[in-house]
Amino acid sequence: MLSQVTMTVNGAQIVVPSGTTVAVAMAIAGQACRTSVSGEPRGPLCGIGICFECRVAINGRPHNLGCRILCEQGMDVRTNE
Amino acid sequence: MSKVGGRRFDILVVGGGPAGMAAAACAAEHGQRVGIIDDNAALGGQIWRGQSEPAASKWAERLRSSGVTVLCGRVFQQPEPCTLLAEGENILHELRYEKLILATGARERLLPFPGWTLPNVMGAGGLQAMVKSGFPIRGKRVVVAGTGPLLLAVAAYLQKHGAEIPIICEQASWSRLARFSMALLGHPGKIVQALQLKRELASARFSANSWPVAASGEGRVEKVTISQTGKIETFPCDYLACGFHLVPNVELPLLLGCQIQNGYVQVDDFQRTTVTDVFCAGEPTGIGGVESSLVEGEIAGLTAAGRIAEASSFFGRRGKLRRFARSRDRTFRLRPELHSLPAPETIVCRCEDVRYSHLREHKSWRAAKLQTRCGMGPCQGRICGPAAQFLFKWNPDSVRPPIFPVRVESMAGVSAPANLELTTGGRE
Repeated sequence: MLSQVTMTVNGAQIVVPSGTTVAVAMAIAGQACRTSVSGEPRGPLCGIGICFECRVAINGRPHNLGCRILCEQGMDVRTNE
Repeated sequence: MSKVGGRRFDILVVGGGPAGMAAAACAAEHGQRVGIIDDNAALGGQIWRGQSEPAASKWAERLRSSGVTVLCGRVFQQPEPCTLLAEGENILHELRYEKLILATGARERLLPFPGWTLPNVMGAGGLQAMVKSGFPIRGKRVVVAGTGPLLLAVAAYLQKHGAEIPIICEQASWSRLARFSMALLGHPGKIVQALQLKRELASARFSANSWPVAASGEGRVEKVTISQTGKIETFPCDYLACGFHLVPNVELPLLLGCQIQNGYVQVDDFQRTTVTDVFCAGEPTGIGGVESSLVEGEIAGLTAAGRIAEASSFFGRRGKLRRFARSRDRTFRLRPELHSLPAPETIVCRCEDVRYSHLREHKSWRAAKLQTRCGMGPCQGRICGPAAQFLFKWNPDSVRPPIFPVRVESMAGVSAPANLELTTGGRE
């Protein structure tokens, strides 16, 4: 297994240790996970898969819980609009 | 695309935290065919979170050696009696059982105040979970606020990982905390833990009678305003870790028709719910912590396996732990001043961005749901429900399947084209 994972967050490349969750990668990149229905940026809140604030688009598929998914090599993560 | 995996157990345990692990191991050690399902990648629940604590390793080993089947997935529906459906990654589990043990754990109670929706305002346990998942907290300033024993544990954990803790704000009064420290006297193990935390946090400022009144910043939290016994002080910070003790996860027990009393699943001495052959152990029966969860799990597992006499040998220990838990609940009961935390424009339901001023026009949770969509987003009221319960004394007690948003193909129980992979429960 690679000790580091290279991926993109909103188009920008970042490198994170393997085993890092997608929500953590978004926090490291300083990016919001989603935009709320009234347009606010939102980040993780509960950290345990309950609040759904950390949902992100991964490889084009929306509504993934960032706090429960591990980063993978080449993953394309975007703020869930 | 999901395939359907059918499984049959004598005893199925939902939830892989301490209560579920203890229940599963005790039942399997007495010859039962036992399955345990949890929606996290590793067993241990939020408290152990796959970490290698001695107690966690001990129970993990008992699970292994007793041949418990461990599954990963999120239970969302009961299509027929003695069957549950759970969504895993690329699989739909169809789980049949003779007896069911619910060990669904708890979550933090999060209360709305101006600025609480800003990025980097998180639950206290929430931020700890992020750090356990690899977030580098070193050098970050974290204000820790709210109520409950979790605050000190989180502050100590974050500090150990390099965070700077400008202040820990506890809403409980000094007199209540003092009474609680007397209750610790009957529990030497807890005194050792408390003294250790005190030593670790010696340099951090601890303030009772204190709570956050506002968080502000550009795009993320940059400062937090704290009320300390009426005095207002502002702290610059990178994170606000804020949780108001715990609330039980009772959605699945409710779905199955278990009686709920004062917010908790009603159980008898043997951890039996009001539904035949359905047991409940751990936080959903009353917030008790890890030791209490373990002993309740042991009683539930042994009883489900028909070992009544062995189960009853744990009653004394459980009683002592429950008395301690009640004393803790009294200490950290929310003070009435917190009812005025939200401003009129403060968002209460974060999924649907419903503001306090729109909610307070309504008389019940149901009316608010129908008129404002409060509680109807993907979290299904798990965050705003307990807040509304505290703020308005509403009782958000109705659940409908699926109790978590799931893929359409899981709902149908059959494979669906990939482009139909929508979630339900939200309007997006």
